[in-house]
Amino acid sequence: MSDTHIATDHHDHHDEPARGFMRWLTTTNHKDIGTLYLLFALVMFFVGGAMALVIRLELFQPGLQFVNPQFFNSMTTVHALVMIFGGVMPAWVGFANWMIPMMIGAPDMALPRLNNWSFWILPFAFTLLITTFFLPGGAPAGGWTLYPPLVLQTGDALPFAIFAVHFLGASSIAGAINVVATVFNMRAPGMTLMKLPLFVWTWIITAFLLIATMPVLAGAVTMLLTDKFFGTSFFAAAGGGDPVMFQHIFWFFGHPEVYILILPAFGVVSAIIPTFARKPLFGYSSMVYASASIAFLSFIVWAHHMFTVGMPLAGELFFMYTTIMIAVPTGVKIFNWVATMWQGSMTFETPMLFAIAFLVLFTIGGFSGLMLGVTPVDFQYHDTYFVVAHFHYVLVTGAVFSIMAGAYFWLPKWTGHMYDEKLGKLHFWVSVISVNVLFFPQHFLGLAGMPRRIPDYSVQFADWNMVSSIGGFVFGFSQLLFVVVVIKCIRGGVKATDRVWEGAHGLEWTVASPAPYHTFNTPPAPAAIEGGMR
Amino acid sequence: MSESSGQSLQARNQRLLMKLVVLTLAMFGFGFALVPLYDVFCDVTGIKGVVREASSGQTDSAVDLSRSIKVTFVTNTDRKLPWTFKAEQTEVVVHPGETGEAMFTVSNPLTLAVTGQAVHNLLPGASARYFSKTECFCFTQQTLQPGETREMPLRFVIDPAMPAEISEITLGYTFFELARGADVAAYGPN
Repeated sequence: MSDTHIATDHHDHHDEPARGFMRWLTTTNHKDIGTLYLLFALVMFFVGGAMALVIRLELFQPGLQFVNPQFFNSMTTVHALVMIFGGVMPAWVGFANWMIPMMIGAPDMALPRLNNWSFWILPFAFTLLITTFFLPGGAPAGGWTLYPPLVLQTGDALPFAIFAVHFLGASSIAGAINVVATVFNMRAPGMTLMKLPLFVWTWIITAFLLIATMPVLAGAVTMLLTDKFFGTSFFAAAGGGDPVMFQHIFWFFGHPEVYILILPAFGVVSAIIPTFARKPLFGYSSMVYASASIAFLSFIVWAHHMFTVGMPLAGELFFMYTTIMIAVPTGVKIFNWVATMWQGSMTFETPMLFAIAFLVLFTIGGFSGLMLGVTPVDFQYHDTYFVVAHFHYVLVTGAVFSIMAGAYFWLPKWTGHMYDEKLGKLHFWVSVISVNVLFFPQHFLGLAGMPRRIPDYSVQFADWNMVSSIGGFVFGFSQLLFVVVVIKCIRGGVKATDRVWEGAHGLEWTVASPAPYHTFNTPPAPAAIEGGMR
Repeated sequence: MSESSGQSLQARNQRLLMKLVVLTLAMFGFGFALVPLYDVFCDVTGIKGVVREASSGQTDSAVDLSRSIKVTFVTNTDRKLPWTFKAEQTEVVVHPGETGEAMFTVSNPLTLAVTGQAVHNLLPGASARYFSKTECFCFTQQTLQPGETREMPLRFVIDPAMPAEISEITLGYTFFELARGADVAAYGPN
């Protein structure tokens, strides 16, 4: 906070930061912290991706070839934790840090020191989590959902994993508080709520979901900790507890969590599609209301993750109806995006390609979600590869593709250079083909009855597993193309204009490219805000 | 941002920060509040399959001779508890309103005294609210000396109001270990 004062006192735009490691360790600048988050997320995508490749390697053929079952289960568990808490969530906080102040005409985030903290907790949290591989008993292997009593059989790793989850929760709550404070208090004069870009809207809703649910997860894992070490019996049947209760508490967090992962994606796609369709976003206010409805519904659908635990019929019906109700606001969004493209003069640069792929493939993931939401058929699909296919369609081709789309979209603004369009398109086409080779066959495997989280399988599943593994390896290694594009873009390339894209609208495109270290020390003119709205 | 508005902005940010921190702590508390709420919810709806413990005077409702209910017993011990635990009869058939009786045997093959407690579960869950136990070894902790074998009775009554579509009930017991050896003393005599 004092830093922003110092910065404003300087009143010049060439007060570039100190160089070296201390700049990054002590920075309170939203752009620096955004960059840190995004790079951290990129590293974590490769860490989690490497674990996914171990999984696909083992599943390439039936039988046990490369890893033992315990390690395989650690791979599925830690892969999920790394991708969710280390990949997707930090990537979204990174986008929020970079873009929200520029989108609302604010000089920085509202709580810059908290911002610094919320990032620097992350490397420590993941060090805690990753080191569990070297502890007696190995890394957690009971699944990322940490169900007791299985998870309580974890070796020395359990308290490490639980404290890591505590840290990750603290980090994301701090990030969320910062976003709320920034959007509520730091908007430029004239930037009313219904003029906010949709990315800001979806993030503010995400932030409230985080503040409401991450503490519940923290409570649930704390109960696991006291059950294991302090003799409580929250989930131990011997002491009168109930393991199913953990599932209820966990999914009370867990279902809003999946919207935490996807709502910012809706915001990014709502920025990209109008830009490259050269038309205003269709149905802006319905987009806002749809996002809020999805967030509300996410709190009352949690038990659809646990239809098979033995709920009364009334409960199963309730959770089935509320789950399927989510398709209504989601459908509103999908149709709005399609209507935005309708009769637009579209061009297909890399961000637009990723956004369109998001639209198509996320919808496929949504449809399989509808199938899973129907209670009687869920009894067949539960804990099969059909579930795996479903959530990878919504998280990889949903969240990750929109992260890619957003990265390509704003890279020129961040670096001041255009990225290599040819390489970007190559990255897109290889990714979009291989990701479908990777995940589509998993629908068939699941419908045929292959269970998830098992290192071996019967021979009738062999063919599609081999196809899926081949897709997995192509998809995994093709992401190195993205790293090449980013490095090339940082080091040089065609100079980007301020507006970058012909159809771009919004305050972030009114500042220079690359965005100066300090932007909007004086609020933008109201006319610029009106120009951003279309 | 001018200096004067910067001050008030900082104050507003701090206030909002405090509110959101309070909200965070409240939600942390809510996570724990879900524990009693869950038990209340399960009690009211009877969905956990937990049997009601009847007060002694509740067995006077008329016996419904037109229906017979088969009650099957399932016995388990926790992985860590090496007791043998079995029901003397795998099933009994009773009329609703009639007092049913079953005997269970548990023995401790260890050279240590062990205290355990049985936890029950009833299927189908909907039958739980009509199934009352008047006497059960599961009400109390059981301490078995080394090599001891104990016979334990169970008495129960099924409420005639139970829906007609329920004709079979499975009652499962699992014994869990609470203490063994020197720790048994902490739990006192049986």
